[in-house]
Amino acid sequence: MTVPVIGVLALQGDVREHVAALAGVGADARPVRRPGELDAVDGLVVPGGESTTISKLVDIFEMREPIDKRIAAGMPVYGSCAGMIMLAAEVLDGRPDQRGFAGVDMTVRRNAFGRQVDSFEAPVALTGVDGGPFHAVFIRAPWVERVGPDVEVLGRVTEGPATGRIVAVRQGNLLATSFHPELTGDPRLHRHFVELVRTAA
Amino acid sequence: MSESAAPTTATAVGTARVKRGMAEMLKGGVIMDVVTAEQAKIAEDAGAVAVMALERVPADIRAQGGVSRMSDPDMIDGIIQAVSIPVMAKARIGHFVEAQILQALGVDYVDESEVLTPADYANHIDKWAFTVPFVCGATNLGEALRRITEGAAMIRSKGEAGTGDVSNATTHMRQIRQEIRRLQSLPSDELYVAAKELQAPYELVKEVAEQGKLPVVLFTAGGIATPADAAMMMQLGAEGVFVGSGIFKSGNPAQRAAAIVKATTFHDDPDVLAKVSRGLGEAMVGINVDEIPQPHRLAERGW
Repeated sequence: MTVPVIGVLALQGDVREHVAALAGVGADARPVRRPGELDAVDGLVVPGGESTTISKLVDIFEMREPIDKRIAAGMPVYGSCAGMIMLAAEVLDGRPDQRGFAGVDMTVRRNAFGRQVDSFEAPVALTGVDGGPFHAVFIRAPWVERVGPDVEVLGRVTEGPATGRIVAVRQGNLLATSFHPELTGDPRLHRHFVELVRTAA
Repeated sequence: MSESAAPTTATAVGTARVKRGMAEMLKGGVIMDVVTAEQAKIAEDAGAVAVMALERVPADIRAQGGVSRMSDPDMIDGIIQAVSIPVMAKARIGHFVEAQILQALGVDYVDESEVLTPADYANHIDKWAFTVPFVCGATNLGEALRRITEGAAMIRSKGEAGTGDVSNATTHMRQIRQEIRRLQSLPSDELYVAAKELQAPYELVKEVAEQGKLPVVLFTAGGIATPADAAMMMQLGAEGVFVGSGIFKSGNPAQRAAAIVKATTFHDDPDVLAKVSRGLGEAMVGINVDEIPQPHRLAERGW
Protein backbone atom coordinates (compact mmCIF):
# COMPACT_ATOMS: atom_id res chain seq x y z
CA MET A 1 0.00 0.00 0.00
CA THR A 2 1.62 3.28 -1.00
CA VAL A 3 -1.10 5.66 0.13
CA PRO A 4 -3.30 4.22 2.88
CA VAL A 5 -7.00 5.02 2.66
CA ILE A 6 -8.25 6.20 6.04
CA GLY A 7 -11.88 6.92 6.80
CA VAL A 8 -13.20 9.35 9.40
CA LEU A 9 -16.53 8.29 10.90
CA ALA A 10 -18.68 11.23 9.78
CA LEU A 11 -21.92 10.90 11.73
CA GLN A 12 -21.21 13.91 13.97
CA GLY A 13 -18.19 15.80 15.32
CA ASP A 14 -14.96 17.41 14.11
CA VAL A 15 -14.63 15.30 10.97
CA ARG A 16 -13.07 17.99 8.80
CA GLU A 17 -10.14 18.55 11.19
CA HIS A 18 -9.26 14.84 11.21
CA VAL A 19 -9.57 14.57 7.42
CA ALA A 20 -7.23 17.56 7.04
CA ALA A 21 -4.72 16.21 9.59
CA LEU A 22 -4.64 12.78 7.89
CA ALA A 23 -4.29 14.29 4.42
CA GLY A 24 -1.47 16.45 5.77
CA VAL A 25 0.58 13.34 6.62
CA GLY A 26 0.04 11.60 3.31
CA ALA A 27 -3.12 9.52 3.77
CA ASP A 28 -6.05 9.36 1.38
CA ALA A 29 -8.58 10.59 3.95
CA ARG A 30 -12.33 10.53 3.43
CA PRO A 31 -15.53 10.76 5.47
CA VAL A 32 -17.36 7.46 6.10
CA ARG A 33 -21.08 7.31 6.90
CA ARG A 34 -22.23 4.07 5.21
CA PRO A 35 -21.21 0.41 5.42
CA GLY A 36 -20.20 0.48 1.72
CA GLU A 37 -17.82 3.37 2.37
CA LEU A 38 -16.27 1.48 5.27
CA ASP A 39 -15.37 -1.41 2.97
CA ALA A 40 -13.04 0.89 1.01
CA VAL A 41 -10.83 2.02 3.91
CA ASP A 42 -7.68 0.52 5.46
CA GLY A 43 -8.15 2.30 8.80
CA LEU A 44 -10.73 4.39 10.62
CA VAL A 45 -10.71 7.48 12.85
CA VAL A 46 -13.59 8.05 15.27
CA PRO A 47 -13.53 11.83 15.77
CA GLY A 48 -14.27 14.12 18.66
CA GLY A 49 -17.94 14.94 19.11
CA GLU A 50 -20.77 14.02 21.43
CA SER A 51 -20.41 10.32 22.24
CA THR A 52 -24.10 9.84 23.11
CA THR A 53 -25.09 11.22 19.71
CA ILE A 54 -22.47 9.24 17.78
CA SER A 55 -23.46 6.06 19.65
CA LYS A 56 -27.10 6.52 18.65
CA LEU A 57 -26.34 7.34 15.02
CA VAL A 58 -24.04 4.31 14.74
CA ASP A 59 -27.03 2.10 15.55
CA ILE A 60 -29.61 4.02 13.52
CA PHE A 61 -27.49 3.96 10.38
CA GLU A 62 -26.37 0.36 10.93
CA MET A 63 -22.66 0.99 11.23
CA ARG A 64 -22.04 -0.89 14.47
CA GLU A 65 -21.83 -4.42 13.16
CA PRO A 66 -19.67 -3.61 10.11
CA ILE A 67 -17.22 -1.64 12.28
CA ASP A 68 -17.09 -4.36 14.97
CA LYS A 69 -16.38 -6.92 12.24
CA ARG A 70 -13.56 -4.86 10.76
CA ILE A 71 -12.06 -4.30 14.24
CA ALA A 72 -12.17 -8.07 14.86
CA ALA A 73 -10.40 -8.56 11.54
CA GLY A 74 -7.60 -6.23 12.63
CA MET A 75 -8.50 -2.87 11.06
CA PRO A 76 -6.58 -0.07 12.84
CA VAL A 77 -8.85 2.48 14.55
CA TYR A 78 -7.91 5.72 16.27
CA GLY A 79 -10.39 7.49 18.55
CA SER A 80 -10.01 11.01 20.00
CA CYS A 81 -12.15 12.08 22.98
CA ALA A 82 -15.67 10.90 22.01
CA GLY A 83 -13.81 8.43 19.79
CA MET A 84 -11.97 7.09 22.85
CA ILE A 85 -15.32 6.61 24.59
CA MET A 86 -16.63 4.77 21.52
CA LEU A 87 -13.63 2.41 21.68
CA ALA A 88 -14.01 1.62 25.39
CA ALA A 89 -15.34 -1.71 26.63
CA GLU A 90 -16.89 0.07 29.62
CA VAL A 91 -18.11 3.66 30.08
CA LEU A 92 -18.82 5.38 33.41
CA ASP A 93 -21.10 8.42 33.76
CA GLY A 94 -22.58 7.73 30.35
CA ARG A 95 -26.16 6.97 29.47
CA PRO A 96 -27.22 3.44 30.45
CA ASP A 97 -27.94 2.58 26.81
CA GLN A 98 -24.67 4.03 25.53
CA ARG A 99 -22.57 1.42 23.76
CA GLY A 100 -19.19 1.57 22.10
CA PHE A 101 -17.53 -0.74 19.62
CA ALA A 102 -15.95 -4.05 20.57
CA GLY A 103 -12.72 -2.20 21.17
CA VAL A 104 -10.16 -1.60 23.91
CA ASP A 105 -10.28 -3.51 27.22
CA MET A 106 -10.57 -0.35 29.35
CA THR A 107 -12.99 1.63 31.50
CA VAL A 108 -13.33 5.33 30.70
CA ARG A 109 -15.16 8.02 32.63
CA ARG A 110 -17.05 10.58 30.55
CA ASN A 111 -16.54 14.31 31.28
CA ALA A 112 -14.06 13.15 33.92
CA PHE A 113 -12.20 16.47 34.21
CA GLY A 114 -15.43 18.44 34.73
CA ARG A 115 -17.64 20.71 32.66
CA GLN A 116 -16.61 23.01 29.80
CA VAL A 117 -15.25 25.69 32.20
CA ASP A 118 -12.74 23.02 33.31
CA SER A 119 -11.61 22.17 29.76
CA PHE A 120 -7.87 22.83 29.41
CA GLU A 121 -4.62 22.62 27.46
CA ALA A 122 -1.55 20.90 28.93
CA PRO A 123 1.60 19.07 27.80
CA VAL A 124 1.48 15.25 27.73
CA ALA A 125 4.52 13.00 27.14
CA LEU A 126 3.59 10.13 24.82
CA THR A 127 5.42 6.81 24.64
CA GLY A 128 6.32 5.96 21.05
CA VAL A 129 5.86 9.52 19.75
CA ASP A 130 9.18 11.33 19.35
CA GLY A 131 9.81 15.04 19.52
CA GLY A 132 8.96 15.98 23.09
CA PRO A 133 5.70 16.37 25.00
CA PHE A 134 2.50 16.71 23.01
CA HIS A 135 0.55 19.93 23.56
CA ALA A 136 -2.83 18.39 24.32
CA VAL A 137 -6.28 20.02 24.22
CA PHE A 138 -8.86 18.47 26.55
CA ILE A 139 -12.52 19.41 25.96
CA ARG A 140 -15.06 17.92 28.37
CA ALA A 141 -12.66 15.03 28.09
CA PRO A 142 -12.81 11.47 29.41
CA TRP A 143 -9.98 9.70 31.24
CA VAL A 144 -9.15 6.03 31.54
CA GLU A 145 -9.80 4.48 34.98
CA ARG A 146 -8.90 0.85 34.27
CA VAL A 147 -6.90 -0.93 31.59
CA GLY A 148 -6.78 -4.65 30.85
CA PRO A 149 -3.50 -6.65 30.65
CA ASP A 150 -3.21 -6.22 26.86
CA VAL A 151 -3.51 -2.45 26.95
CA GLU A 152 -0.40 -0.29 26.76
CA VAL A 153 -0.61 3.10 28.52
CA LEU A 154 0.97 5.72 26.23
CA GLY A 155 0.41 8.91 28.20
CA ARG A 156 -0.73 10.42 31.49
CA VAL A 157 -1.50 13.90 32.76
CA THR A 158 1.69 15.29 34.33
CA GLU A 159 0.46 18.36 36.23
CA GLY A 160 -2.52 19.82 38.04
CA PRO A 161 -5.21 18.08 40.08
CA ALA A 162 -5.61 15.21 37.59
CA THR A 163 -1.90 14.26 37.64
CA GLY A 164 -1.34 10.61 36.80
CA ARG A 165 -4.64 10.08 34.97
CA ILE A 166 -4.32 7.94 31.84
CA VAL A 167 -5.16 9.88 28.66
CA ALA A 168 -3.61 7.83 25.82
CA VAL A 169 -3.67 4.06 25.25
CA ARG A 170 -3.03 1.41 22.64
CA GLN A 171 -4.21 -2.17 22.33
CA GLY A 172 -3.00 -3.92 19.20
CA ASN A 173 -4.18 -1.83 16.26
CA LEU A 174 -6.48 0.34 18.37
CA LEU A 175 -5.28 3.74 19.54
CA ALA A 176 -7.18 6.20 21.73
CA THR A 177 -6.56 9.62 23.29
CA SER A 178 -8.66 11.78 25.64
CA PHE A 179 -7.40 14.86 23.83
CA HIS A 180 -7.67 16.36 20.34
CA PRO A 181 -4.46 16.37 18.24
CA GLU A 182 -6.62 17.41 15.27
CA LEU A 183 -7.08 20.86 16.84
CA THR A 184 -3.44 21.81 17.39
CA GLY A 185 -1.73 21.38 14.04
CA ASP A 186 0.82 18.96 15.53
CA PRO A 187 0.87 16.09 13.01
CA ARG A 188 2.79 13.52 15.05
CA LEU A 189 -0.13 11.46 16.34
CA HIS A 190 -1.83 11.27 12.96
CA ARG A 191 1.49 10.29 11.38
CA HIS A 192 1.87 7.62 14.07
CA PHE A 193 -1.59 6.27 13.20
CA VAL A 194 -0.92 6.31 9.45
CA GLU A 195 2.23 4.26 10.10
CA LEU A 196 0.15 1.86 12.17
CA VAL A 197 -2.27 1.45 9.22
CA ARG A 198 0.67 0.89 6.81
CA THR A 199 2.20 -1.73 9.09
CA ALA A 200 -1.12 -3.52 9.63
CA ALA A 201 -1.79 -3.91 5.91
CA MET B 1 9.99 19.88 18.60
CA SER B 2 9.80 22.05 15.53
CA GLU B 3 6.50 20.46 14.56
CA SER B 4 4.70 21.19 17.81
CA ALA B 5 1.91 23.68 17.22
CA ALA B 6 2.46 25.51 20.47
CA PRO B 7 5.15 25.63 23.12
CA THR B 8 4.49 23.25 25.99
CA THR B 9 3.31 25.50 28.75
CA ALA B 10 1.56 24.89 32.03
CA THR B 11 -2.08 23.87 32.21
CA ALA B 12 -4.43 26.58 30.90
CA VAL B 13 -8.24 26.81 31.03
CA GLY B 14 -10.58 29.09 29.08
CA THR B 15 -8.24 29.55 26.11
CA ALA B 16 -9.63 30.50 22.70
CA ARG B 17 -8.66 27.04 21.45
CA VAL B 18 -10.57 25.29 24.21
CA LYS B 19 -13.62 27.53 23.71
CA ARG B 20 -13.68 27.29 19.91
CA GLY B 21 -12.76 23.61 20.08
CA MET B 22 -15.85 22.89 22.15
CA ALA B 23 -18.00 24.18 19.26
CA GLU B 24 -16.01 22.04 16.79
CA MET B 25 -17.20 19.00 18.75
CA LEU B 26 -20.85 20.00 18.24
CA LYS B 27 -20.54 20.09 14.44
CA GLY B 28 -23.02 18.06 12.42
CA GLY B 29 -25.31 18.09 15.45
CA VAL B 30 -28.61 19.54 16.65
CA ILE B 31 -28.93 21.77 19.73
CA MET B 32 -32.46 21.81 21.11
CA ASP B 33 -34.34 24.38 23.21
CA VAL B 34 -35.79 22.83 26.36
CA VAL B 35 -37.72 24.33 29.27
CA THR B 36 -37.82 21.35 31.67
CA ALA B 37 -35.59 18.45 32.73
CA GLU B 38 -38.07 16.06 31.08
CA GLN B 39 -37.73 17.83 27.75
CA ALA B 40 -33.94 17.78 28.15
CA LYS B 41 -34.06 14.01 28.53
CA ILE B 42 -36.25 13.66 25.44
CA ALA B 43 -33.73 15.77 23.52
CA GLU B 44 -30.80 13.67 24.75
CA ASP B 45 -32.66 10.47 23.88
CA ALA B 46 -33.26 11.79 20.38
CA GLY B 47 -29.52 12.36 19.84
CA ALA B 48 -29.16 16.11 20.50
CA VAL B 49 -25.51 17.19 20.88
CA ALA B 50 -26.52 19.80 23.47
CA VAL B 51 -29.58 21.43 24.97
CA MET B 52 -30.39 25.11 25.43
CA ALA B 53 -32.04 25.65 28.80
CA LEU B 54 -34.56 28.48 28.82
CA GLU B 55 -37.73 29.46 30.63
CA ARG B 56 -39.94 29.94 27.60
CA VAL B 57 -39.34 28.85 24.03
CA PRO B 58 -39.30 31.75 21.55
CA ALA B 59 -42.85 31.01 20.33
CA ASP B 60 -44.14 31.62 23.86
CA ILE B 61 -41.94 34.68 24.40
CA ARG B 62 -43.48 36.05 21.25
CA ALA B 63 -47.04 35.17 22.30
CA GLN B 64 -46.77 36.35 25.90
CA GLY B 65 -44.62 39.44 25.41
CA GLY B 66 -43.01 41.28 28.34
CA VAL B 67 -39.34 41.46 29.27
CA SER B 68 -37.57 38.18 28.71
CA ARG B 69 -34.57 37.38 30.93
CA MET B 70 -32.06 34.70 31.91
CA SER B 71 -33.74 31.56 33.27
CA ASP B 72 -34.13 30.65 36.93
CA PRO B 73 -30.88 29.04 38.21
CA ASP B 74 -32.91 26.22 39.81
CA MET B 75 -34.38 25.32 36.47
CA ILE B 76 -30.97 25.44 34.74
CA ASP B 77 -29.45 23.35 37.50
CA GLY B 78 -32.24 20.78 37.18
CA ILE B 79 -31.46 20.41 33.49
CA ILE B 80 -27.69 20.15 34.14
CA GLN B 81 -28.41 17.32 36.60
CA ALA B 82 -30.80 15.56 34.20
CA VAL B 83 -28.55 15.07 31.16
CA SER B 84 -24.95 14.15 30.36
CA ILE B 85 -24.71 16.21 27.16
CA PRO B 86 -23.58 19.87 27.23
CA VAL B 87 -26.06 22.44 28.56
CA MET B 88 -26.23 25.96 27.13
CA ALA B 89 -28.22 28.87 28.51
CA LYS B 90 -29.14 32.35 27.30
CA ALA B 91 -28.10 35.72 28.68
CA ARG B 92 -29.53 39.04 27.49
CA ILE B 93 -27.41 41.01 25.01
CA GLY B 94 -24.96 43.11 27.05
CA HIS B 95 -26.01 41.60 30.40
CA PHE B 96 -22.59 40.54 31.65
CA VAL B 97 -23.87 39.74 35.15
CA GLU B 98 -26.38 37.21 33.83
CA ALA B 99 -23.41 35.68 32.01
CA GLN B 100 -21.35 35.65 35.23
CA ILE B 101 -24.19 33.80 36.97
CA LEU B 102 -24.48 31.26 34.14
CA GLN B 103 -20.73 30.64 34.31
CA ALA B 104 -20.97 30.12 38.09
CA LEU B 105 -23.79 27.60 37.52
CA GLY B 106 -21.44 25.58 35.30
CA VAL B 107 -23.28 25.88 31.98
CA ASP B 108 -21.10 24.73 29.08
CA TYR B 109 -21.92 27.58 26.66
CA VAL B 110 -23.62 30.97 27.05
CA ASP B 111 -25.83 32.23 24.23
CA GLU B 112 -25.85 36.04 24.21
CA SER B 113 -29.22 36.05 22.59
CA GLU B 114 -31.50 38.45 20.78
CA VAL B 115 -34.42 36.18 21.73
CA LEU B 116 -34.24 37.74 25.20
CA THR B 117 -34.84 41.46 25.74
CA PRO B 118 -31.51 43.31 25.29
CA ALA B 119 -29.99 44.78 28.46
CA ASP B 120 -27.65 47.17 26.63
CA TYR B 121 -28.46 48.78 23.30
CA ALA B 122 -24.87 49.89 22.66
CA ASN B 123 -22.50 47.20 23.95
CA HIS B 124 -22.39 43.45 23.80
CA ILE B 125 -20.72 41.44 26.57
CA ASP B 126 -16.90 41.41 26.68
CA LYS B 127 -16.69 37.68 26.17
CA TRP B 128 -12.90 37.47 26.54
CA ALA B 129 -13.39 38.15 30.26
CA PHE B 130 -15.02 34.73 30.75
CA THR B 131 -13.83 31.13 31.04
CA VAL B 132 -17.14 29.82 29.66
CA PRO B 133 -17.43 30.13 25.86
CA PHE B 134 -20.12 32.20 24.10
CA VAL B 135 -22.24 31.76 21.01
CA CYS B 136 -23.76 34.86 19.39
CA GLY B 137 -26.20 35.47 16.55
CA ALA B 138 -25.42 37.29 13.31
CA THR B 139 -27.38 38.35 10.26
CA ASN B 140 -24.32 39.18 8.15
CA LEU B 141 -20.54 38.78 8.05
CA GLY B 142 -19.74 42.13 9.67
CA GLU B 143 -21.97 41.34 12.65
CA ALA B 144 -20.39 37.87 12.97
CA LEU B 145 -16.86 39.32 12.93
CA ARG B 146 -17.74 42.00 15.50
CA ARG B 147 -19.03 39.27 17.83
CA ILE B 148 -15.84 37.22 17.28
CA THR B 149 -13.80 40.35 18.05
CA GLU B 150 -15.66 40.58 21.36
CA GLY B 151 -14.72 36.97 22.08
CA ALA B 152 -17.58 34.83 20.68
CA ALA B 153 -16.28 31.28 20.14
CA MET B 154 -19.20 30.19 17.96
CA ILE B 155 -21.63 31.99 15.64
CA ARG B 156 -25.17 31.10 14.71
CA SER B 157 -26.85 32.79 11.81
CA LYS B 158 -30.06 34.39 13.05
CA GLY B 159 -33.48 33.44 11.83
CA GLU B 160 -36.75 34.76 13.11
CA ALA B 161 -37.08 32.71 16.29
CA GLY B 162 -40.42 31.28 17.35
CA THR B 163 -42.06 31.49 13.94
CA GLY B 164 -41.47 28.14 12.25
CA ASP B 165 -40.71 30.27 9.17
CA VAL B 166 -37.26 29.36 7.86
CA SER B 167 -36.99 32.20 5.34
CA ASN B 168 -34.97 34.55 7.55
CA ALA B 169 -32.50 31.82 8.49
CA THR B 170 -32.04 31.13 4.79
CA THR B 171 -31.48 34.81 4.01
CA HIS B 172 -28.89 35.28 6.72
CA MET B 173 -26.98 32.06 6.03
CA ARG B 174 -26.83 32.93 2.32
CA GLN B 175 -25.76 36.48 3.20
CA ILE B 176 -22.87 35.36 5.43
CA ARG B 177 -21.64 32.75 2.93
CA GLN B 178 -21.96 35.20 0.04
CA GLU B 179 -19.93 37.85 1.85
CA ILE B 180 -17.22 35.27 2.64
CA ARG B 181 -17.04 34.27 -1.04
CA ARG B 182 -16.79 37.93 -2.01
CA LEU B 183 -13.83 38.45 0.35
CA GLN B 184 -12.10 35.42 -1.18
CA SER B 185 -12.37 37.01 -4.62
CA LEU B 186 -10.84 40.36 -3.62
CA PRO B 187 -7.20 41.28 -4.28
CA SER B 188 -5.33 41.77 -1.01
CA ASP B 189 -5.09 45.55 -1.37
CA GLU B 190 -8.89 45.84 -1.39
CA LEU B 191 -9.28 44.01 1.93
CA TYR B 192 -8.56 47.22 3.88
CA VAL B 193 -11.64 48.91 2.49
CA ALA B 194 -13.61 45.69 2.85
CA ALA B 195 -12.76 45.72 6.56
CA LYS B 196 -13.95 49.31 6.80
CA GLU B 197 -17.22 48.46 5.08
CA LEU B 198 -17.77 45.37 7.23
CA GLN B 199 -16.96 47.42 10.36
CA ALA B 200 -14.69 44.60 11.45
CA PRO B 201 -10.95 44.38 12.25
CA TYR B 202 -8.66 44.02 9.22
CA GLU B 203 -6.81 41.00 10.67
CA LEU B 204 -10.04 39.02 10.99
CA VAL B 205 -11.21 40.05 7.52
CA LYS B 206 -7.87 38.93 6.07
CA GLU B 207 -8.14 35.59 7.87
CA VAL B 208 -11.63 34.97 6.50
CA ALA B 209 -10.49 35.92 2.98
CA GLU B 210 -7.61 33.42 3.19
CA GLN B 211 -9.47 30.55 4.86
CA GLY B 212 -12.83 30.93 3.12
CA LYS B 213 -14.61 30.43 6.42
CA LEU B 214 -15.16 32.05 9.79
CA PRO B 215 -12.43 31.35 12.37
CA VAL B 216 -15.16 29.79 14.55
CA VAL B 217 -17.93 27.26 13.93
CA LEU B 218 -21.05 28.56 12.15
CA PHE B 219 -24.43 27.08 13.11
CA THR B 220 -27.87 28.28 12.10
CA ALA B 221 -30.93 29.10 14.20
CA GLY B 222 -34.43 30.49 14.04
CA GLY B 223 -37.54 29.14 12.37
CA ILE B 224 -36.34 25.58 11.76
CA ALA B 225 -39.34 23.24 12.16
CA THR B 226 -38.82 20.19 9.93
CA PRO B 227 -36.07 17.72 8.94
CA ALA B 228 -36.10 19.34 5.50
CA ASP B 229 -35.50 22.78 7.04
CA ALA B 230 -32.48 21.46 8.94
CA ALA B 231 -31.07 19.68 5.89
CA MET B 232 -31.49 22.77 3.72
CA MET B 233 -29.55 24.90 6.19
CA MET B 234 -26.78 22.28 6.24
CA GLN B 235 -26.67 22.25 2.44
CA LEU B 236 -26.43 26.05 2.51
CA GLY B 237 -23.27 25.75 4.61
CA ALA B 238 -24.36 25.61 8.26
CA GLU B 239 -22.16 23.32 10.36
CA GLY B 240 -25.06 22.38 12.65
CA VAL B 241 -28.48 23.62 13.73
CA PHE B 242 -30.30 25.06 16.70
CA VAL B 243 -33.96 24.10 16.91
CA GLY B 244 -36.06 26.15 19.27
CA SER B 245 -39.84 26.05 19.32
CA GLY B 246 -39.92 23.66 16.35
CA ILE B 247 -39.62 20.50 18.45
CA PHE B 248 -41.59 20.98 21.65
CA LYS B 249 -44.33 23.02 19.94
CA SER B 250 -45.00 20.15 17.53
CA GLY B 251 -47.36 17.18 17.79
CA ASN B 252 -44.77 14.49 18.55
CA PRO B 253 -41.58 16.06 19.96
CA ALA B 254 -39.56 12.85 20.52
CA GLN B 255 -40.10 11.60 17.00
CA ARG B 256 -39.57 15.00 15.38
CA ALA B 257 -36.38 15.59 17.38
CA ALA B 258 -34.93 12.23 16.28
CA ALA B 259 -35.90 12.91 12.67
CA ILE B 260 -34.17 16.31 12.67
CA VAL B 261 -31.00 14.71 14.10
CA LYS B 262 -30.95 12.12 11.31
CA ALA B 263 -31.70 14.72 8.65
CA THR B 264 -28.80 16.86 9.87
CA THR B 265 -26.31 13.97 9.56
CA PHE B 266 -27.60 12.85 6.14
CA HIS B 267 -28.49 16.35 4.91
CA ASP B 268 -27.21 15.55 1.42
CA ASP B 269 -29.09 12.25 0.97
CA PRO B 270 -32.69 12.79 -0.25
CA ASP B 271 -33.56 9.10 0.26
CA VAL B 272 -32.76 9.31 3.96
CA LEU B 273 -34.53 12.70 4.18
CA ALA B 274 -37.68 11.25 2.60
CA LYS B 275 -37.64 8.36 5.03
CA VAL B 276 -37.20 10.45 8.17
CA SER B 277 -39.79 13.03 7.09
CA ARG B 278 -42.62 10.48 7.17
CA GLY B 279 -45.26 10.22 9.89
CA LEU B 280 -44.07 13.04 12.13
CA GLY B 281 -47.53 14.42 12.90
CA GLU B 282 -48.26 18.12 13.22
CA ALA B 283 -45.42 20.59 12.75
CA MET B 284 -45.53 23.70 14.92
CA VAL B 285 -48.09 26.26 13.83
CA GLY B 286 -46.13 28.85 11.93
CA ILE B 287 -46.18 32.63 11.74
CA ASN B 288 -45.05 34.27 8.52
CA VAL B 289 -42.18 36.62 9.26
CA ASP B 290 -43.74 39.20 6.91
CA GLU B 291 -46.78 39.41 9.17
CA ILE B 292 -44.73 40.34 12.24
CA PRO B 293 -44.52 44.12 12.71
CA GLN B 294 -40.96 45.43 12.47
CA PRO B 295 -40.50 46.28 16.20
CA HIS B 296 -41.32 42.67 17.12
CA ARG B 297 -38.71 41.06 14.90
CA LEU B 298 -36.07 39.46 17.10
CA ALA B 299 -33.40 39.01 14.42
CA GLU B 300 -33.04 42.78 14.16
CA ARG B 301 -31.81 43.01 17.75
CA GLY B 302 -28.00 43.14 17.91
CA TRP B 303 -25.73 45.35 15.87
